[in-house]
Amino acid sequence: MDITFQFDWQAAFASIPYLLKGIPYTLLISFVGLAIGFVIGIIFGLLRISPAFWLRWPAIAYIEIFRGTPVLVQVLFIFYGLPQLLGGPIDAITAGIAAIAVNSGAYISEVVRGGVQSIARGQREAGLSLGLSRVKTFRYVIWPQAFRRMIPALGNQGIISIKDTSLFAVIGVGELVRQGQIYIATTFRALEVYLMVALLYLVITLTLSLALRMLERKGLVGQ
Amino acid sequence: MKRTDTMKTNSTAKPIVRMEKLNKHFGPLHVLKDVDLAVIPGEVVVIIGASGSGKSTLIRCINGLEEFQQGYLDVDGKVLKPHGKASQALQEIRTEVGMVFQQFNLFPHLSVLENVTLAPRKVRQASREEAMNTAHRLLERVGIADQASKYPAQLSGGQQQRVALARALAMEPRLMLFDEPTSALDPEMIGEVLDAMRELARDGMTMVIVTHEMNFAREVADRVIYIHQGEIIEQGTPDEVFDNPQNERTQSFLSRVLTH
Repeated sequence: MDITFQFDWQAAFASIPYLLKGIPYTLLISFVGLAIGFVIGIIFGLLRISPAFWLRWPAIAYIEIFRGTPVLVQVLFIFYGLPQLLGGPIDAITAGIAAIAVNSGAYISEVVRGGVQSIARGQREAGLSLGLSRVKTFRYVIWPQAFRRMIPALGNQGIISIKDTSLFAVIGVGELVRQGQIYIATTFRALEVYLMVALLYLVITLTLSLALRMLERKGLVGQ
Repeated sequence: MKRTDTMKTNSTAKPIVRMEKLNKHFGPLHVLKDVDLAVIPGEVVVIIGASGSGKSTLIRCINGLEEFQQGYLDVDGKVLKPHGKASQALQEIRTEVGMVFQQFNLFPHLSVLENVTLAPRKVRQASREEAMNTAHRLLERVGIADQASKYPAQLSGGQQQRVALARALAMEPRLMLFDEPTSALDPEMIGEVLDAMRELARDGMTMVIVTHEMNFAREVADRVIYIHQGEIIEQGTPDEVFDNPQNERTQSFLSRVLTH
């Protein structure tokens, strides 16, 4: 019996137009989820360093819960669990966006906290001593410096979250992996198709890496 | 150049800083003990003392960077409450009191010009043009007009400290605090910073200076205060304190710092 496997380039290429249909979903969920996650991260990251116990502990609880549980469980909970609580169904894409948002939000909170805390105390004192309010000192002095330092870690989180969207095939979101699975179901070319799926993820994440590297280089002026 | 001709010793002049029985604790450590201090407009007060004596903490209380637990403190009539409660008074004090730090604390992400214009624009709501004009004038005054578009990291320590001085002056402060302004500088750069401060004193700025530069203190101070373990134990004119110290701890401190 001949068991030599012939890699079928034609099948691989043929799958691409089909797989590309999944990319808008992958990108939509990643970017909207991360944008919300960033807002969550700023809010909870700052609450996390508040001297007020009642602001700090909810932030700590949020971070620990959503960083300490798998994204897959989070999305299953949102998609299958929450509707039982709310009494109405939740759209799969919305569930995916929500899962990325709360999950990346927890990690980004820690990135924001680390970035802000890494700025020397003298910077804040200089701002305050010039008569800038605490809010203005943060906005014009602390945040611009902290954000610059956060860029590499934010890039990391972006890449992780983009890859996490692949898990949402399980709730039927027509993203990249899901498109691949459907295509394989009719062609049985798992090797070729999953290779193409992997390459397409790589194209997305490498593009992001490159963009971040450029942003970082730009951010280095004056440091 | 000492200004003994002015009315600075006139006890009827209204003090710009008034501190009475100020006490500060860091946990179990009693950092400031019943400190009384009045600074009158135009006066140059130099605070000396060993490291850890509380001299930096003392001037940091004046603009609320350190809180205190008991006592009375007002700056230009605005009363600062104990325990560092944020208040309108604190905000007003900070807009009127400039500070120069040991580590310069320039904003590294902003150009020299932006460092100097930030507070006037965001606090005083000065127009861009107005703030730039003031900044250029001040940078000229401290001798770094040609560095305006550079970033702090591109400047020497002495230049950075002079930018920090210009930045504080841009708010047109009524009082300037200096927290060991030359302690982080290479020896060859100390002179240029002291020169800029000397000129400021000559122009009549009210200054409270914490420094280890005893020759400078002798030269510019109207009054020298010696602080030991959080207590003011001697004060007077530079001649009185440096040449004829009454307290034996002052004598011992001065004998250690003046010999070299």
